[in-house]
Amino acid sequence: MARIIVITSGKGGVGKTTTSAALAMGLAQRGKRTVVIDFDVGLRNLDLIMGCERRVVYDFINVINQEANLNQALIRDKRCDHLYVLPASQTRDKDALTKEGVGRVLEELAQSYDFIVCDSPAGIEHGATMAMYYADDAIVVTNPEVSSVRDSDRMLGILSSRSRRAENSDEPVREFLLLTRYNAERVEIGEMLSVEDVQEILSLNLLGVIPESKAVLNASNSGIPVILDRESDAGQAYGDVVSRYLGEEVPHRFIHTEKKGFLSRIFRG
Amino acid sequence: MAVNPQKPGSDALRSFELKAASFTLPIIRLLDENVEAVAARLGAKVEKAPDFFRNTPVVIDLTALPSNSGAVELPLLVGLLRGYGMIPFGVRGGDKEQHATAEALELAVLRESYVRRDRSPEDPKGSDATETAVEVEVPASSVPIKTLAPVRRPNQGFMLVTRPVRSGQRVYAAGGDLTVSAAVSSGAELMADGNIHVYGPLRGRALAGMNGNTEARIFCQDLQAELVSIAGHYRVSENIPIELRGVPVQIFLDQKLLRIEKL
Ligand SMILES: Nc1ncnc2c1ncn2[C@@H]1O[C@H](COP(=O)(O)OP(=O)(O)OP(=O)(O)O)[C@@H](O)[C@H]1O
Ligand SMILES: [Mg+2]
Repeated sequence: MARIIVITSGKGGVGKTTTSAALAMGLAQRGKRTVVIDFDVGLRNLDLIMGCERRVVYDFINVINQEANLNQALIRDKRCDHLYVLPASQTRDKDALTKEGVGRVLEELAQSYDFIVCDSPAGIEHGATMAMYYADDAIVVTNPEVSSVRDSDRMLGILSSRSRRAENSDEPVREFLLLTRYNAERVEIGEMLSVEDVQEILSLNLLGVIPESKAVLNASNSGIPVILDRESDAGQAYGDVVSRYLGEEVPHRFIHTEKKGFLSRIFRG
Repeated sequence: MAVNPQKPGSDALRSFELKAASFTLPIIRLLDENVEAVAARLGAKVEKAPDFFRNTPVVIDLTALPSNSGAVELPLLVGLLRGYGMIPFGVRGGDKEQHATAEALELAVLRESYVRRDRSPEDPKGSDATETAVEVEVPASSVPIKTLAPVRRPNQGFMLVTRPVRSGQRVYAAGGDLTVSAAVSSGAELMADGNIHVYGPLRGRALAGMNGNTEARIFCQDLQAELVSIAGHYRVSENIPIELRGVPVQIFLDQKLLRIEKL
């Protein structure tokens, strides 16, 4: 049986799609059969970040409406055999995502995959509630700023009451915090919340801290999940996240500014 | 055993009748979304004729409020009314959010179809200040309303919450005490007819004595609340002295005065 992971946030543009692509690729690279689903109907861009936008024929909504079967709609990643993408539709309206339809597709996928990663749209509208409803695990993507933290808190509240697990009084959804776009320098001068500040407010299991990094934009522009850029800080941080998610103990990195050497101190002066 | 209408037989089989009836009730029509102002004026009114208000069922009318006043402090108002001995039992008008709040407070939401006006045409502005009462028909079955915020109910006169209460969540311990052993986020709301105990930081709101019980207290380990209230007597965070913030305190009413004391 697959584990269903929702990547969610209250606020938009915090890095959910970047995270979905990285996590799915990371799990697949470790031999886990993984499918990543774009729930952002109308605004699809997971396929762009995965670099498979030109291979989209059928989409998630087609499968829900039974106009295509899963095998027709799933796109196999060219870099990793274990990874599949189920793209969102660009045109159809969000109401096509029905609870029954989504449930049916997830159930079918659960037969043959280990992990189902759901890239949620922002907010608490229909698409987001559909993406979280069936989740076993939730990764709440948060930027180190007050509004994002507040929205994440709200999201966690909704999650704990509106998931299938909550409705059936099953074991609750496992919740994880992922801090992204973390800029240690701005934290140090007090322009951004620190990891500790955020933890103090949300008191959640910290899955990782992804630094603000140019590598993310470069990667998404070329359709490569940033986790494949092993040289980059963000790529390495996502690698750690995958390890931690799979239960390994990995120390947190990229939280503090690097100790500046003598030269850089002079040149910054 | 089911009642068989074909065979009326003995009266013992008929344990009740379902009927519709109408009552004339006082309504409190809010003209101002600022509960502070409402509280002051209401207090003065009640003081003049306390017996008139005691055990009087009232309907809270939200129709005259501007449409975007989702922020009206229904829980505070209800606590206040109960504190004065009134029995607020329903709301009229208002938006989805207010209805969810009303439901959480175990108030009925009186839909327009159940509210019959005395022949006067609909007056949405509510400028008719002379109207003091309406006829209200309460339907035999209550109207299901989608709850926006989760409501957890106690089972044995108290309620225990062990997970954090998040922004936008509301917990109401009807008929008893509420204990929260985790953090209460800003934007979250705790309500109890009895006492409230919070062992994590209390950053949201806490309203004890919701049924008007002026003996109720709030105990917390780390007071950072946005608002605290006992039986409708409340204080917002800016009126909580700095030396009482972040420390263990108890909050109680002393001659209708809300007091916060270090523990
Ligand atoms: N760690 C990072 N460093 C720098 N830029 C980042 C980082 N993470 C994300 N971004 C940038 O932020 C923007 C939003 O990222 P992304 O699309 O992943 O967010 P999202 O949460 O999926 O947004 P939406 O809510 O619109 O779906 C993109 O331009 C992306 O390149
Ligand atoms: Mg996205």
